Amino acid sequence: MRDTGRRGLSFYLLAAFFGLFVLFLYGPTVTITILSFQGPEGGLTFPMRGWSTHWFHNLFQQQAVGDFGGSFQRSLLLGLIVMALTVLIALTAGFAFRRRFRGSGALFYLTVASLIVPSVLVSLGIGLLFQILGLEPNWWSSALGAHLTWTLPFGLLIVFAIFNRFNPAYEEAARDLGATPWQTVWHVVLPIILPSIIGVALFGFTLSYDEFARTLMTAGSFNTLPLEIYGMTTNVTTPVLYALGTLTTIFSFLVIGLCLAGFIAVQRRRARRVASGV
Amino acid sequence: MTVSAPPTASGTGARPARAASRDRRAWSLRGWLPYLQALPLALVLLVFLVVPIATIAVVSFWDYDSIRIIPDFVLTNYEWLLTSAVTWQIYLNTLKFAALAWVFTFAIGFTVAWFLAFHVRSVTWQMVLFLVCTIPFWTSNIIRMISWVPFLGRNGILNSALIGAGVIDQPLEFLLFSDFAVVLAYVHLYTLFMVVPIFNSMARIDRSLIEAARDAGATGWQILWNVVLPLSKPGIAIGSIFVVTLVMGDFITVRLMSGGQSASIGTMIANDIALLQYPAAAANAVVLLLVVLLMVATMLRLIDIRKEL
Repeated sequence: MRDTGRRGLSFYLLAAFFGLFVLFLYGPTVTITILSFQGPEGGLTFPMRGWSTHWFHNLFQQQAVGDFGGSFQRSLLLGLIVMALTVLIALTAGFAFRRRFRGSGALFYLTVASLIVPSVLVSLGIGLLFQILGLEPNWWSSALGAHLTWTLPFGLLIVFAIFNRFNPAYEEAARDLGATPWQTVWHVVLPIILPSIIGVALFGFTLSYDEFARTLMTAGSFNTLPLEIYGMTTNVTTPVLYALGTLTTIFSFLVIGLCLAGFIAVQRRRARRVASGV
Repeated sequence: MTVSAPPTASGTGARPARAASRDRRAWSLRGWLPYLQALPLALVLLVFLVVPIATIAVVSFWDYDSIRIIPDFVLTNYEWLLTSAVTWQIYLNTLKFAALAWVFTFAIGFTVAWFLAFHVRSVTWQMVLFLVCTIPFWTSNIIRMISWVPFLGRNGILNSALIGAGVIDQPLEFLLFSDFAVVLAYVHLYTLFMVVPIFNSMARIDRSLIEAARDAGATGWQILWNVVLPLSKPGIAIGSIFVVTLVMGDFITVRLMSGGQSASIGTMIANDIALLQYPAAAANAVVLLLVVLLMVATMLRLIDIRKEL
């Protein structure tokens, strides 16, 4: 709506609604962040009985709350592997879908189906399959596959959106100038779509890092971090739970911030190049 | 499809044989290239989606005792599942969760998207506020659920505030570990899935349509109802598919937020898994999948997703 002049009442009502929505989104997270700094005597809710980092220290004593360090390492590594594979597989498949090939429709619907199938089915199915085949489920095999069924559809849909907005004239120009197909992809296409690839990577990492249901039956004998946290909710009744929540949320924010910073840096560099005419 | 004459017929005879064969090789590689590029995706989905679901379908006909599963072809798993009153009750309960979650996520998601798309004028601010809405999507769901505990608990913030304000004198018990908490968590976790596609649809609406409606004398409500809502349908459908399928298959939210007092199809399957009754879990999973696919097929009749990206 290109309305000129002053904003009406509806704007302020909607803005207030939006503000409440943001409060609703972030309020609980902010609350547990505050509560994680409870004093040693403090409980799961207000009032604060002093301020301390007691519960964060508590977190790193292994016997107290299970294997936090180990599960974090596994989740981190798994997230990075899923991220790399998601970018690679979704991007190559994206190139395939730019041309018509037999079965492209079926593959597309299969990918969408992967989003729709309840995650408990993927977990159960892979768990059963491994059991029947006599294979040991592991976070780097069965859980990795289970996570890919969740991250790849998101990755592919983003890649579709990228290529729908991509101007093929750049490729034609590169070809006319004598570039080989590889050179065209490497020097022309990839640099243009780089910012959006950062988006695919962000989805790949965070969706895997936080995934619970798909990991439940596929992780094998070593827990990933969400499984560890879930285990804690049933037997930990101290703010150490909040300390863990605070740490993982800070970590998630770091990852998101890093991706955003990368995105902005690429855009800036590009703007500068265009401005200086290189 | 008509069959064209082989390309070797006339003109190519004069060209050096080596160049022709190189051309042919390049041509055949070009033809195969999309298949090669699509192969990794197809393989991953085949091994970790199609085969596991086929496994579930097969195992749902197997027999089991307390320690192992036995290859067989019996219908008892389905029989027990579908003739038990508890099953129907739990399916109804899950549908109730899905309906409630859908109503609230849609109402909130549509309003938020409407504000972002039509009332925020600068594109930069639009991007910033949109990001503010989407960032929680990339953080842990379990932590976000736990975050409600200090709010809703017996001695939580909400109860203390209400007692302090003199609204109530006994703490409200239904806030945490109840169906209310479950639906609240769904709305908290999944409204995002409505905001993003609806905003995407709204951002594409040609602004001149709205001006035309206004020039023709439409009120704000009429524009909303007759112009914006119909044109946002694809986004609404995509958001609805996400919310409904996520709720239908969920078990962790129900388990955490109801404190084990409420049940859904997901918790039913998880319980069977915990008891190692895999064939029973598999039968339930097959029925769940059919129900979800039916719901999605109904919603998909409204739109063509591929056009919406």
